[in-house]
Amino acid sequence: MSLRQIAFYGKGGIGKSTTSQNTLAALAELGHRILIVGCDPKADSTRLILHAKAQDTILSLAAEQGSVEDLELEDVMKVGFRDIRCVESGGPEPGVGCAGRGVITSINFLEENGAYEDIDYVSYDVLGDVVCGGFAMPIRENKAQEIYIVMSGEMMAMYAANNISKGILKYANSGGVRLGGLICNERQTDKELELAEAMAKKLGTHLIYFVPRDNIVQHAELRRMTVIEYAPESKQAEHYRSLARKIDANGGKGIIPTPITMDELEDMLMEHGIMKAVDETLVGKSAAELAAELAAERAAA
Amino acid sequence: MSLATAENLEDVKARNKALIQEVLTAYPDKFAKRRAKHLGAFEEGKPDCGVKSNIKSIPGVMTIRGCAYAGSKGVVWGPIKDMVHISHGPVGCGQYSWAARRNYYIGTTGVDTFVTMQFTSDFQEKDIVFGGDKKLSKIMDEIQVLFPLNKGITVQSECPIGLIGDDIEAVSKAKSKEYGGKTIVPVRCEGFRGVSQSLGHHIANDAVRDWVFDKQEGKPARFEQTPYDVAIIGDYNIGGDAWSSRILLEEMGLRVIAQWSGDGSLAELEATPKAKLNVLHCYRSMNYISRHMEEKYGIPWVEYNFFGPTKIVDSLRKIASHFDDRIKEGAERVIEKYKPLMDAVVAKYRPRLAGKKVMLFVGGLRPRHVIGAYEDLGMEVVGTGYEFGHNDDYQRTTHYVKDGTLIYDDVTGYEFEKFVEKVQPDLVGSGIKEKYVFQKMGVPFRQMHSWDYSGPYHGYDGFAIFARDMDMAINSPVWKLAKAPW
Repeated sequence: MSLRQIAFYGKGGIGKSTTSQNTLAALAELGHRILIVGCDPKADSTRLILHAKAQDTILSLAAEQGSVEDLELEDVMKVGFRDIRCVESGGPEPGVGCAGRGVITSINFLEENGAYEDIDYVSYDVLGDVVCGGFAMPIRENKAQEIYIVMSGEMMAMYAANNISKGILKYANSGGVRLGGLICNERQTDKELELAEAMAKKLGTHLIYFVPRDNIVQHAELRRMTVIEYAPESKQAEHYRSLARKIDANGGKGIIPTPITMDELEDMLMEHGIMKAVDETLVGKSAAELAAELAAERAAA
Repeated sequence: MSLATAENLEDVKARNKALIQEVLTAYPDKFAKRRAKHLGAFEEGKPDCGVKSNIKSIPGVMTIRGCAYAGSKGVVWGPIKDMVHISHGPVGCGQYSWAARRNYYIGTTGVDTFVTMQFTSDFQEKDIVFGGDKKLSKIMDEIQVLFPLNKGITVQSECPIGLIGDDIEAVSKAKSKEYGGKTIVPVRCEGFRGVSQSLGHHIANDAVRDWVFDKQEGKPARFEQTPYDVAIIGDYNIGGDAWSSRILLEEMGLRVIAQWSGDGSLAELEATPKAKLNVLHCYRSMNYISRHMEEKYGIPWVEYNFFGPTKIVDSLRKIASHFDDRIKEGAERVIEKYKPLMDAVVAKYRPRLAGKKVMLFVGGLRPRHVIGAYEDLGMEVVGTGYEFGHNDDYQRTTHYVKDGTLIYDDVTGYEFEKFVEKVQPDLVGSGIKEKYVFQKMGVPFRQMHSWDYSGPYHGYDGFAIFARDMDMAINSPVWKLAKAPW
């Protein structure tokens, strides 16, 4: 098969890395050759596959040795569960330097050094939001063709999904990136499945899979393992396998998303009875101010 | 050769108007509309020159402007001779600003003075990604070891510093503490800020205020003060300009306690708030700090012009008016003393230069300040403009230019060429980028930034050199040998 480049995006803390690693482990079970490119400065995108946090990131080694030109691919590529190849871009500690530039540097290095040869899947795991050009690198020309957005029924997760869709839309015409679909990581919020499906519909895509919440993920995580490896017979492992099969069958079916406005997003929540319609006259008033107004009304009456 | 000579004022005005219309036709409509606001002719009696200024240049034109980094590193801070100025960022900005602007200074370069040296943090990719703070600390340590006689350090920010958010203030403070209170000045003069080098001057002025003056707050003067202490501000000592100015102030009885940014030192910056009067040559680049000293320390400031005897006489009297009779008499004595020299210069060169027409395009103060010097030689400035002037510069220009003078703000390469082609002046005064274009057109040219590696041009001594240089450019036999093919 030809190389498929995919990427997982989503709100910070939504479970991108966990979902992606479990799914990729299941894809590896299906016999696919996989490369994971971690694009988060925290370098924890491959922890469950390698059973350890990658120490030798591209950028830390490059800084030690002078520049990326001094690095060899072997120096940074680690092999983990089911021969999944892992590289971590790494980056600066929080609050200094430019992590976005780091992602650009790392991806260029990997391409120039043939990291993508003899591979069926390249998966990019990118931090929270497309905050700048650097973090958009994986969705630019000739990089990821399909983006999977990990989200939940929480408002901010859907807000992030919508923002990421805007990023995809921006590069869709120049680079051919498409939205592969949404993956809902259950948070057990009200009407979560219904909302996730409605959100997918608004964005012009579909909900690829609804991953139910299961504590076994946590147990596996504590052992720095995927559920696929830790408890291959479990129900949860089977869910990730189903998700993997869906993604495997989804090649070339991505779409150009149709992001919505903040108002439309709020309307959608109201439609599903999650949010009550807000009296516009109350917006921006503190509880104390409202109480005072009420008292004044009563006094007048 | 000048066609304009025979024309009357109305013809000149009509010609200038037509000329502006003609150059504007070269632009797309949207940009013609924008450029139209920057081109005009001075009308007698108006409070300014009728042009807009200090607005972003149009993409695609050849502008002559620089950037904020150029304004701080190249103009205000770079010539402070006993401090080391780090060009913080990738190597190019430092490389291209190496060796300064011919700001002459006294000292042993590399030992106690550093103006013509170049210090850079030479950013690599890893510095962008991981930040340059650690590298900056290390550079400061190395400077301390290699150049122990340096009196202070400044950090001149290049563009990437502002993008990646390096905390140069924190590094500067920490290192200052480590070195026992050494003056270390972080300057946020990233090149993308503002529309020209002008904002860089302002940022650099503010850095003097915040990191030099405020540090001296409440400390007594480290010298014995006199009622005649003045500081020369905004004379960059190009080819020795500040020296030929300083001697005049001293001869009239004043004591110069500081020269800024032209053979200047950190101690002189620190001493300036103790001056009785600040005398300001380049208003554009140093008005901010002059105003600050007026507001905070109550030091008056006076603009002066030391180009050509007429303006020198006016300026000496203007400066003297801030002092007692002793100084006023001193000024008259100086004027009297140099009069024979000036008469001789004018007698020699005026016959060779009278009636010649000049077009200028320069930086901070010269588009107006040099006009008097040309007029002393019987020459006429028929067009002028500022690279990065503001409206207050154009207001000041009205005191110098004649009715109908062509005015071009932030002129583009195309406009300048067309104007010169049509106006056919006898001399163009601008910068190195313009020089060869006009010489190839057969028009005599003098660089008015660097004085074409000559100078000084300020003061009485400077005027003699100025007159000789203009004569040399205009009356060189080479122009008779060049035959234009048209």
